[in-house]
Amino acid sequence: MMLLFYLAAAVAVIATIGVIVQSNIVHGLLYLILSLLAVAVIFYVLGAPLASMLEAIVYAGAIMVLFLFVIMMLNLGQNTRDQERQWLRAGGWLLPALLAAVLLGQLLYVMSGVEGLSAAEQVGVLAVGSRLFGPYVLAVELASILLLAGLVSAYHLARQIRSGDE
Amino acid sequence: MFAFAVGSGLSIASILLAVIVLAAMLIWVERRLLGFWQERLGPNRVGWFGIFQVVADMIKIFTKEDWVPPFADRLSFVLAPAIIMVVVLMSFAVIPFTPEIGVIDSNIGVLFVLAMASLGAYSVMLGGLSSNNKYALLGSLRAAAQMVSYEVFMGISLLGVIVLAGSFNLREIVESQADGWYIVPQCIGFLIFLIAGVAESHRLPFDIPEAEQEICAGYHTEYSGMKFGMFFVGEYLGLVLISSLITVLFFGGWLGPSFLPPIVWFALKAGFFIAFFILMRAALPRPRYDQLMSYGWLFLLPLSLLNLLITGVAVLNTL
Repeated sequence: MMLLFYLAAAVAVIATIGVIVQSNIVHGLLYLILSLLAVAVIFYVLGAPLASMLEAIVYAGAIMVLFLFVIMMLNLGQNTRDQERQWLRAGGWLLPALLAAVLLGQLLYVMSGVEGLSAAEQVGVLAVGSRLFGPYVLAVELASILLLAGLVSAYHLARQIRSGDE
Repeated sequence: MFAFAVGSGLSIASILLAVIVLAAMLIWVERRLLGFWQERLGPNRVGWFGIFQVVADMIKIFTKEDWVPPFADRLSFVLAPAIIMVVVLMSFAVIPFTPEIGVIDSNIGVLFVLAMASLGAYSVMLGGLSSNNKYALLGSLRAAAQMVSYEVFMGISLLGVIVLAGSFNLREIVESQADGWYIVPQCIGFLIFLIAGVAESHRLPFDIPEAEQEICAGYHTEYSGMKFGMFFVGEYLGLVLISSLITVLFFGGWLGPSFLPPIVWFALKAGFFIAFFILMRAALPRPRYDQLMSYGWLFLLPLSLLNLLITGVAVLNTL
């Protein structure tokens, strides 16, 4: 189980780096999907099957499809690819990479003392559901109000103005 | 290892083989059935009733030049047809064929199928986007909107069954139908799932992404050889998958009177729906793109929510 975790974690990290350094936007998006799927595997290994499936359905399956949809609409060509390549030149990377490496070293040092999180028992769908609609029902309601606000504003932005109005 | 049991090597290998062979055979079955319903012959020359037409088609498709257009984005162009095959074949992993035959008994089976279906949208979108072709782009734009929309109703229409069975495990859903199939209490859910299933596998009444009369062949305009073949077989695999899912969720899977073995019951029910999907292709015209979208969002969505609400009330009352 631990091997699966480290494997998926490595895939997630490498794919995320791929997202950043890739100059072709569609390839970058493919890496992002890969990284999200790797995170779904990590959730599953850590004993959260519902979270892992939702990660795959909502993030990898729905939100990324909308990203791809927008990319199709914008039809970014060779120009943006060249521009991206210019931004990604090696010189500019040196200092940020060094600083990030220092932080990573610190993080590893701190984490090395923590007791390992070996896969606890699986938290099933029923358990998650009864917690969500038991103690955390207020959070669920608040989230749904937020979504409703988003829906209303999207409707407002996309409404058709007929010639008679305004 | 070499006996039929859930997750045994023999089980996995035979499911994989049977499903792929069946999907390939469906090419011939569909053409013959269409011919029968349209009062013409269909392919009947190669072998007994033309049954080796599939072999001829396969030889043709494998020996065709496999060409990647120079203006296409190579990585996503090659990846796209593989995605649909992988994703649909993965979905078969959670389908319980009989008490003994199956790959895995997952407690999140239904969610797994939905996740795979939503990943399947990439195949069509990437295929169209990477082809760098106007028709292909139009086709994949349509496909993206269609598949993302109908996924929503597909998921919600299933919730009624899940509420009644109290489980996401497809095997438990089948077993809970021992005293009555879910088609009776969930007939509305079944109809919505059927329609959404056709839209998800973009088969004929809803094959707006490929609509050969308006946009050539849509997203696979630039594909040839076996890459096109994978899109083609992937579509039939999707048809088999949707029929199996309907059988499992609404028609009691392998359950049936004991004079026939369970696998035969499963095959009969699934085969009936495969034939029904083919008949639908022969009988119904294609709707317009905006008709499809407004039908989905203005009719199917409220109906599926209402169905879920009524099922929930009924289940809470009997508790």
